Amino acid sequence: MKKKTKHLESAWGIVPVSIFLTIWEIVGRLNLFPGQFLFPPFSAVIKEFYHLTANGVLGKNFLSSLTRVLIGLFSGSVAGITAGVIMGWRDTVNKALNPIISMLYPVPALGWLPLLMLWIGINEMLPITIIFICSFFPVVYNTVTGIKNVDIKYIRAAETLGASQMRILFRVIMPLALPNVFTGLKLEAGMAWRVLVAAEMIAIPTGIGALIMKAESLVRVDIILVCLIVLSVMCLVFEKAFSLIERHFVGRWSNSVRY
Amino acid sequence: MSDIELVNVNKYICRDINLKIEDKELFVIVGTTGAGKTTMLNVMAGVTDYNGSVLINGVNVDSIAPGKRGVGYLFQDLALFPHLTVESNIAFGLRAKGYEKTEIDKSVSSLMEMMRIGKLARRYPHMLSGGEKKRVALARSLAPSPAILLLDEPTSSLDHKTAKYLRSELNSLLKNMGITTVCVTHDLREAEEIADRIALISNGEIEQVSSPTELFFSPFNRVVSEFIGMPNIIECRESRVLASGLMEVMSDDLRIVLPYDGNNIRKIAIWPDDIYISDVKPPGPALNRFKGRVEEIAQYNSSVRVRVSIGKTILLAELPVTAFDEISLEQGKQVHVVIKLRRLRYVEA
Repeated sequence: MKKKTKHLESAWGIVPVSIFLTIWEIVGRLNLFPGQFLFPPFSAVIKEFYHLTANGVLGKNFLSSLTRVLIGLFSGSVAGITAGVIMGWRDTVNKALNPIISMLYPVPALGWLPLLMLWIGINEMLPITIIFICSFFPVVYNTVTGIKNVDIKYIRAAETLGASQMRILFRVIMPLALPNVFTGLKLEAGMAWRVLVAAEMIAIPTGIGALIMKAESLVRVDIILVCLIVLSVMCLVFEKAFSLIERHFVGRWSNSVRY
Repeated sequence: MSDIELVNVNKYICRDINLKIEDKELFVIVGTTGAGKTTMLNVMAGVTDYNGSVLINGVNVDSIAPGKRGVGYLFQDLALFPHLTVESNIAFGLRAKGYEKTEIDKSVSSLMEMMRIGKLARRYPHMLSGGEKKRVALARSLAPSPAILLLDEPTSSLDHKTAKYLRSELNSLLKNMGITTVCVTHDLREAEEIADRIALISNGEIEQVSSPTELFFSPFNRVVSEFIGMPNIIECRESRVLASGLMEVMSDDLRIVLPYDGNNIRKIAIWPDDIYISDVKPPGPALNRFKGRVEEIAQYNSSVRVRVSIGKTILLAELPVTAFDEISLEQGKQVHVVIKLRRLRYVEA
């Protein structure tokens, strides 16, 4: 019965989307704008999506963007978690690094772009570094918070049971800090795509962002819309993927993880 | 053999604590909230720093890590690891100490069987009831076979029935295992039920260390007497069996019938809230009823303490303010005194 209700709820979610797409299609076909190319109907966008997929243009650019996101996000998260764990675990390290992190965290990731263009040059490393920075700081911040928030009672319990400091760190503190770590990761999973596209639009000749810029110069609104839909879907997919990973690791024992 | 001794321990509210708990003893520290009970357990376990010394079997363990003192600790809030299943929680200490997997599995399953939590093996702590959580936490603290077990309020936050059940189970379990146990509680009745000896602590100082009977019949000072409820101690001159399970005891001025299945009683304790006072003759059989005279009335926030004399015997009665307001009492007035022994504590001859 519950399952049926859930399916019905999902079905209801499709209704507004369908209405939106129908209105889009009608407005596009009514030629309200001077020239249909400025506001193509949804069907034309789908047609262009098929065309771009078939000739490999979308796939090639998407793959470039995806590779950058995966490398940047992975390295930024690993570095962020490592730094966060050390800072959270050792108070002296935290006291030394916290002022620097606090100073750099508020700088918008794209704010680094001009500086990095001069330092790194315009190459593959540029978008990867931007995504690295975009992921690193929030993950560090959330990991430190997670570790600091672990209740002392669990550490005391582990101590009385004879656990070594390393065992306490890896078997008690880090698992209990995971919900906070995932908060940082989920935050950055979608953000990485947003930052990447901005970097590609400004400086890099390949990728979804670059494809948007090329389409803009050719006044190909249909291609721009195809790229925006791909981006939107990827942001959602990445956020959902991290939610699923979180559910796998945390959902079984944490009351706070609900889907 | 495992005894534990605190020598001149100072920590937070606790001042100059000197205490020795003997091998295989079930020792209960009782006191009000904030008296320093948990602090004493934390010092014994070594999970906090402190001034003074802790000796286990005569060896100073001040510089020994908590996990190497041979002490198991049941925390008041249990501190079950929320990310581990019941099974893994219990196995945690054994894994930390590097036991073989087969040994761990065997030990965990036998503990789960003993604590009757076998069906909960794969559950996480948030899926357990309060009583189940206590059992799991107890099994976890017993798993590494500690020589000394520390229990912090083992039956708190449980309903009355579950607490009573767990208490009796705990009592027989600890006696069977012959493990030296230090238990902390604010519940005097719990202390009385399980303790070999009781230490009463108030404001970080030990007021009395004695057997439960000594505590009730020979309180060292007013603090102890107040804590145990200021019972009236009646010396019995004579006693006789009325029927099976019923005995009449006689003091200088009182004849009291009470449920008792032994031979002789030397002293009985009557708690002030078990004594009822009325200005009119109460209905019902004239059992455990006396005529007395009001000697003194003292009003407190929610109760009134009345001293009544029956012959030369002075009894302290405690009435709720609402009950006191319904009767008109004044010093020197003749009243009816009814004793209803809800709690019975006695010293046998």
